[in-house]
Amino acid sequence: MAAKRLGKSTVKFTNPPIIVGTGTIVGPIEGKGPLASDFDVVLPDHAYGERTPERSETKILEQAAKIAIERAKIDKSMVDYYMAGDLLNQVISASYSARQLSIPYFGLYGACSTCAMSLALAGMVIDGGFADYVLVACSSHYQTAERQYRYPIELNIQRKTTSQYTVTGAGAALLASSGIGPKVTWATTGKVVDLGSKDVNDMGGAMAPAAADTLLTHFADTGRGPGDYDLILTGDLASFGSEMLKELVTDNGVELGDNYRDCGLMLFDTKSQRVGAGGSGCACSAVVTFGHVLKEMEKGTYRNVLLIATGALMSPLSCQQGESIPCIAHAVVIEA
Amino acid sequence: MASQKAKKQVSNLPHMTQASQEEKRQQLAYKELVQKRKPRPRYLRNVLVAFVVGGAIAVLGQLVLGFFVSRGLDLDAASAPTLAVMILVGVVATGLGIYDELGEFAGAGAAVPITGFANTIVAAAMDFKREGWVLGMGAKMFIIAGPVIVYATLAGVAVAFIKFITSP
Repeated sequence: MAAKRLGKSTVKFTNPPIIVGTGTIVGPIEGKGPLASDFDVVLPDHAYGERTPERSETKILEQAAKIAIERAKIDKSMVDYYMAGDLLNQVISASYSARQLSIPYFGLYGACSTCAMSLALAGMVIDGGFADYVLVACSSHYQTAERQYRYPIELNIQRKTTSQYTVTGAGAALLASSGIGPKVTWATTGKVVDLGSKDVNDMGGAMAPAAADTLLTHFADTGRGPGDYDLILTGDLASFGSEMLKELVTDNGVELGDNYRDCGLMLFDTKSQRVGAGGSGCACSAVVTFGHVLKEMEKGTYRNVLLIATGALMSPLSCQQGESIPCIAHAVVIEA
Repeated sequence: MASQKAKKQVSNLPHMTQASQEEKRQQLAYKELVQKRKPRPRYLRNVLVAFVVGGAIAVLGQLVLGFFVSRGLDLDAASAPTLAVMILVGVVATGLGIYDELGEFAGAGAAVPITGFANTIVAAAMDFKREGWVLGMGAKMFIIAGPVIVYATLAGVAVAFIKFITSP
């Protein structure tokens, strides 16, 4: 058995990668939310001076990646790998940003779970001794996601009670084999869970079983419990999905208390901002984790954080063909 | 050897069906739970707002109609320019980014009047213009309105056919 493996699907890094720099950019709506002051750049509008929203997403992803490298005070040429992903077909935002960065590149697709997925993979690459610096990044954009997954942007549509708002933003983190900063210490890889949900207006409800599965697997593999973490953070289950997650894990004897929060709910004031049940998208967990949570860890508010980023792996095509929504959740532990 | 393999497969079968049955049961249980817990839309509020906003758009249409009639058109002749004006209102409101806000607020109240129909075409046209005039806007302008046109035409044919065979 592999020496760094624990239980069914967890790995423990013996040389845990260190987050030495981060970059976060958010859109105008997120910039009016409660966490606005934690982000490096707040966009004045969705277009950001670009001709198309897709170009705008590429631009912010690239910019966030550059900020992360700058913060780490290293040269771009020292970065061994760039691992990035987004929500769009053929992960174009990530690949186009990689074209500008010219760093050896892995394009990732894990839908909204990409943030935790890239941290886990970067951790394995660094702990395995294959790299000293790995840049991870992901992005999402309200307008590009609307166009691909839902309807034209200006269409008159009333949100369902469980609909979520795709976060405009990009988050990047530079992981290093040595340095000072918070460490990624454990990673639990999720498996695809599909409880037959077909409602594309309820991603939270569809993804909650995947989050519950990964959370329970993580606790079983590590022998830890919810009390061992200062903060348990899900990516974008939003209000309904987090309720369902709590209910699902309670049925399995795990009680999530006040230390449980959801990035999609933290990023917005869901009462006054019209974002439906809360935020979603790759950027949701990325900007909250890299922007807000890591800053709080620096201040000492949190010492160890369990991030479970959830992703719905359907496409508009598969949904139109009547397929249910396959979901996944990846967990990583970040320790100060 | 082959028969033993077959035996093994057969003895595995009941187990496998059990597993898939368990999966089915889990799916059903979760579906029920979601149905039970899912927050309900505010039906009364939505119905009232849709009524008021939809009604207000209709009143606006009525005023425009009244204007054309007062300028000397008869009722039948006045309806065509009235529709054109209302479509223009929907188009301009969409272009200014107002109509989607109205849709979010009023639901069917904004979607049902002809201004809403205009919105579906202009919103798609604005979106897909970026992919070019021909393969973008030209091809995809009716992505939302297309089905409405197709099935409204079909329904018209069906109703006309029923009328044709039932009328003496």
